Amino acid sequence: MAVTPADSAVPALPADPAGLTAQDAPRRAAGSQPPAGGGPAGPAPVAARSRSGRYLRLLPYLLVAPAVVFELLVHVGPMLLGVWISFVSLTQLTLRNWTTAPFVGLQNYRNGLDPSSSIGSEFFATLGRTTVFTVLVVAIAWAIGMLAAVLLNSSFRGRAFFRTFFLVPFALPAFVGILGWKFIFAQEDGALNRLLVDDLGVLDTRPFWLLGDNSFLVVVVVAAWRLWPFAFLMLLAALQNIPGEVYEAASLDGASLWKQFTSLTLPLVRPANAVVILVMGLWTFNEFNAPFVLFGAQPPEPALLLSNLIYSNSFVNFNFGLGAATSVLLLLALLGASVFYVRLAMPKGGAQDA
Amino acid sequence: MRETTGFKVLRAVGLTFITALVAVPLYIVVSSSVKPLVDVRGTFTWIPTTFTLQPYVDMWRTVPLARYFGNSLLVALVSTVLSLVIATFAAYALARFRFRGSRIFSMTVLSTQMFPGILFLLPLFLIYVQLDARLGLQLTGTYTGLIVTYLTFSLPFSIWMLVGYFSALPRELEEAALIDGSGPLGALFRVVLPVARPGIVAVGVFAFTTAWGEVLFASVLTNNDTRTLAVGLQSYASQSSVLWNQLMAASVVVSVPVLIGFLALQRHLVQGLSAGAVK
Repeated sequence: MAVTPADSAVPALPADPAGLTAQDAPRRAAGSQPPAGGGPAGPAPVAARSRSGRYLRLLPYLLVAPAVVFELLVHVGPMLLGVWISFVSLTQLTLRNWTTAPFVGLQNYRNGLDPSSSIGSEFFATLGRTTVFTVLVVAIAWAIGMLAAVLLNSSFRGRAFFRTFFLVPFALPAFVGILGWKFIFAQEDGALNRLLVDDLGVLDTRPFWLLGDNSFLVVVVVAAWRLWPFAFLMLLAALQNIPGEVYEAASLDGASLWKQFTSLTLPLVRPANAVVILVMGLWTFNEFNAPFVLFGAQPPEPALLLSNLIYSNSFVNFNFGLGAATSVLLLLALLGASVFYVRLAMPKGGAQDA
Repeated sequence: MRETTGFKVLRAVGLTFITALVAVPLYIVVSSSVKPLVDVRGTFTWIPTTFTLQPYVDMWRTVPLARYFGNSLLVALVSTVLSLVIATFAAYALARFRFRGSRIFSMTVLSTQMFPGILFLLPLFLIYVQLDARLGLQLTGTYTGLIVTYLTFSLPFSIWMLVGYFSALPRELEEAALIDGSGPLGALFRVVLPVARPGIVAVGVFAFTTAWGEVLFASVLTNNDTRTLAVGLQSYASQSSVLWNQLMAASVVVSVPVLIGFLALQRHLVQGLSAGAVK
């Protein structure tokens, strides 16, 4: 988050199976937690008297009430409204009185999904681009994160330093990391060209990184750089749960490092891997910050991602109905993607998915 | 992995590579922040030829950085505290009570935190416009409006993390307090909260960091007075030129507070983040 990920704008968490079963305390106690002494589930001991019994029955509802109210206000309500908006014709002119905006049925969807129109073809091109972007960024972030986690899952001097230092790209405010990269990519004689052309001699000419097709590469690099520490953090935690004896036995058998990695490490961290890849995939598919901070409200086409398309439809071109229709499509795609992923990748070897 | 020589060589090479990956961009930012403007405009040099702290002085005057700083601080702080308070009660209920609707509520929280901000921005913006038109209630461009939208990400996140922390605490903790005659609320305040404090603080720091770096909502819902750093830093770039050295200096300054907080509390954060993935 920051993700946010602080990453991206909306922090999300891995699906937390422990959280889902939290209400089911006895089962959880019998599972991964040390035995909880067979205590009663819930504060039953004081439920004897009827007044406090009713209080106890009401208490959980009172406790969640504020959260429920805010969830309805900021999530459920707006999402339903968003669905409705996608069926009306809403522009700058009707904005202040949008409750009376004319109902146009599926018109926005027809416009948005018609591959022969410029809006429709832009949508499909952006959808495809965002998918490629997601696969690339998640693959790169996973690979670097996994490498770092494997290397740091051993004891040596300075381990604690690396462990903290590697988190910096993830911990930096999203816009700072991106602005730093913008400077690196910016000029013809900027830092990256200095490194690639003058110092390393990898390239002969000095490309303009922020123009044309190169801008897609830039967005990939920036997003992956911010994201990989999340994979590192989660995978390291998973690796630390593997007992060292497993590897000792394997190396006695003469298994190479690579063999140990593919036949021991990957299968053993598979549950964590699935969650990490799913979460990173959703975050990346929703990426807004990198194109926006690098290029502004209307990124060049090669760097235009789905969130940025919705943003420019709504707040640059003021076609709110179209923006809402695209939002609903994104929502459906996200739901579909997670269901698809869970059904397809979870049951069998999902580790290589990245 | 067993520590063979091969592994040690791989480790040295790999760590050098990854360290460079993190350190080089950071070095470029920091070193550019102590160069005069002519130098950052010209060909990039690894070692600053002229060292100056002037960008760190000028950056406060070029744009109203102090105001942006204050705005970011206010919005991030209030939204974090608000979601922590609401989330603590909700998470305690979800972690310790079985009640009707708790499962539906958990699912809602889990799924909404996966949805991107762009899905909420447009409808919330329209609601704000309508409230302004009908009731004269100004929310776009105000702190309140921005804080409410920040709850869209900080609230579900905080609830989810705290449910994890609370469920991991042994029940015996509260049972002692319950037998002493405190109600569940007393047990929450006197026993659970003190024990869970590192976790709560870590969740707060993460929520704060995310709000501090938030770009999307701030770009639509702030005006000149309520502009936050995430959008305000763009003002170092005019149409003709970018004051890169001041921009980099400002980037360093706005990063330091969240970086320190995040890195200091990362252990507790890892615990919460990986609770689901590892078990």
